[in-house]
Amino acid sequence: MEEKKVWLSYERVWFSFFMILALTLNFGFFIGELDDPQHHNVFELFAVIIINMIATVLKLGDRTQMGPMLLATSLVALVQLISAALVWAFAIHVNETGLTPSVMATIVSLSGGAVLANVISVILLMIETTFQRR
Amino acid sequence: MRSEEHVQKQQPDDSSTTEAFTSEEPFNPQTAMIMWRMRTPLIILICVYAIAVLGLVLIPGVDDQGNPWHMSFFHAFYLVSYTATTIGFGEIPYPLTDAQRMWVLVTIYMTVVSWFYAIGSILSLVQDPVYQQVRKQARFQKEVAGMQESFYLVCGLGETGYEIVEALSNEHYRSIVIEKDGDSLLKHNIHSLPEYVPLLIADASIPKNLKMAGIARDNCKGVIAATASDEVNLKIAISSKLLHPDGMVVCRSDIQQYEENMLSFKTDYVVNPYNTFARIFAMLLHSPSMHMIFDWVTGAPDSSLNQAEEPLILNSGRWILCGYGRFGRSLYKSALLENHVETTILEADESICERFKQDHSDNIITGSGVDEETLDKAEIKQAVGIIAGTDNDSNNLSIIMTARQMNPDIFVVARQNQRDNTELF
Repeated sequence: MEEKKVWLSYERVWFSFFMILALTLNFGFFIGELDDPQHHNVFELFAVIIINMIATVLKLGDRTQMGPMLLATSLVALVQLISAALVWAFAIHVNETGLTPSVMATIVSLSGGAVLANVISVILLMIETTFQRR
Repeated sequence: MRSEEHVQKQQPDDSSTTEAFTSEEPFNPQTAMIMWRMRTPLIILICVYAIAVLGLVLIPGVDDQGNPWHMSFFHAFYLVSYTATTIGFGEIPYPLTDAQRMWVLVTIYMTVVSWFYAIGSILSLVQDPVYQQVRKQARFQKEVAGMQESFYLVCGLGETGYEIVEALSNEHYRSIVIEKDGDSLLKHNIHSLPEYVPLLIADASIPKNLKMAGIARDNCKGVIAATASDEVNLKIAISSKLLHPDGMVVCRSDIQQYEENMLSFKTDYVVNPYNTFARIFAMLLHSPSMHMIFDWVTGAPDSSLNQAEEPLILNSGRWILCGYGRFGRSLYKSALLENHVETTILEADESICERFKQDHSDNIITGSGVDEETLDKAEIKQAVGIIAGTDNDSNNLSIIMTARQMNPDIFVVARQNQRDNTELF
């Protein structure tokens, strides 16, 4: 019994860790001049997508009442981020327009939407944690 | 230069969320189980893909002009995708350097192994008996929810239960079956009946299972408790009266006390198979023509009305009753004793014989009746009929055959316990 509790709390640590890391990385990518490619690193967007995916998968097994809501916010964030990545790939490889200010603004504003979704996600996590304490 | 990675992998999640919001539980058990089991393989796949893509992006390459060149995330993801799935389009867009090839080598083993692991996890989940149970239950619930016609809920798929379901189905009534023992499915193939019968393998005495089988639904016209155990039947009757007060409840009961208990809370019909037979037999004894009319009126739907048939008249005289268990007792008390038929009883159990001698008369002989000796003792030559009423089919058959040999004119009544033995009788 004792061991199980410890394991569960570890599980919770990872869960929260990835959710918050998804938010912070996302915010890090988002912040800066909206249309300046210098302020938004491609590796950072890659990391944001990967961390968001891991956070989403972790939420798959969450059986709390908040589970579906958490999963939904994560999926929203993922859709936004993947669209941003698609726009980037399209601009470089298909249209070959390069990262013009308008393209960059689109990418960054899409990731801004993901920031909002991740913020909601973390708020929900906080609410759930608060109400679970008895 | 972006990785639009794993778009395809996210698709399953979308469908599961839409389902989740329609059910009262956060997720239905089937989805929850799949998602829980797929977490580890999915995380491994994501990490492996991420490492592979990142490596390809970071390792410098050379383009067709010999200039230093870095692979973009787009190209890296493309290459990893076709490599991991063992499609292998080759070295695109430019031939790889040896450093890149080394990394691709690592990538191949990493990704292919993690795909095998993921697929293996899915396969083992599908074969997991717990998962299969959950899946069957989910399908059953869907079938119950989708049932538009009114239906009867039959608990217990024993001999009685199956015959009820068969009769209902032949009349194009829908029914739902709860049976505890999965083996009885092999014996009775309910899927060959004209109406489709949803079946739940679960304990009918648990109200939750009854509820799952739609007991509380408006189109549940009645509950038929036909399990072998009176205890369970009683519990089903109580639950159904509580969960669905308007519904009809029919109960099978072998024991008097349970019968009274069931009737005490307005169970609509309690059927005691032994008493029923005893009543019919009594009718046959004292008024054969009435039995014939009774048979015409209440007979099974497919039996023909044969007018030329002579009423079955039993000669008056002494009867032999083999086996004084629940069946024998009921038959003796309400048929033979009522109609003052002279009876000799054969019973293998000593203590039952003793008790009988105290309560009634001395017309009881210890012995099973399967051998000539005991039948002789019961003076079979002078008897008009013999009833083989033990709870063992082989013994009953043996009794009949021996009796026929010793007295060819004797009228035989045999109790058949197992449906499988129909051919023999």
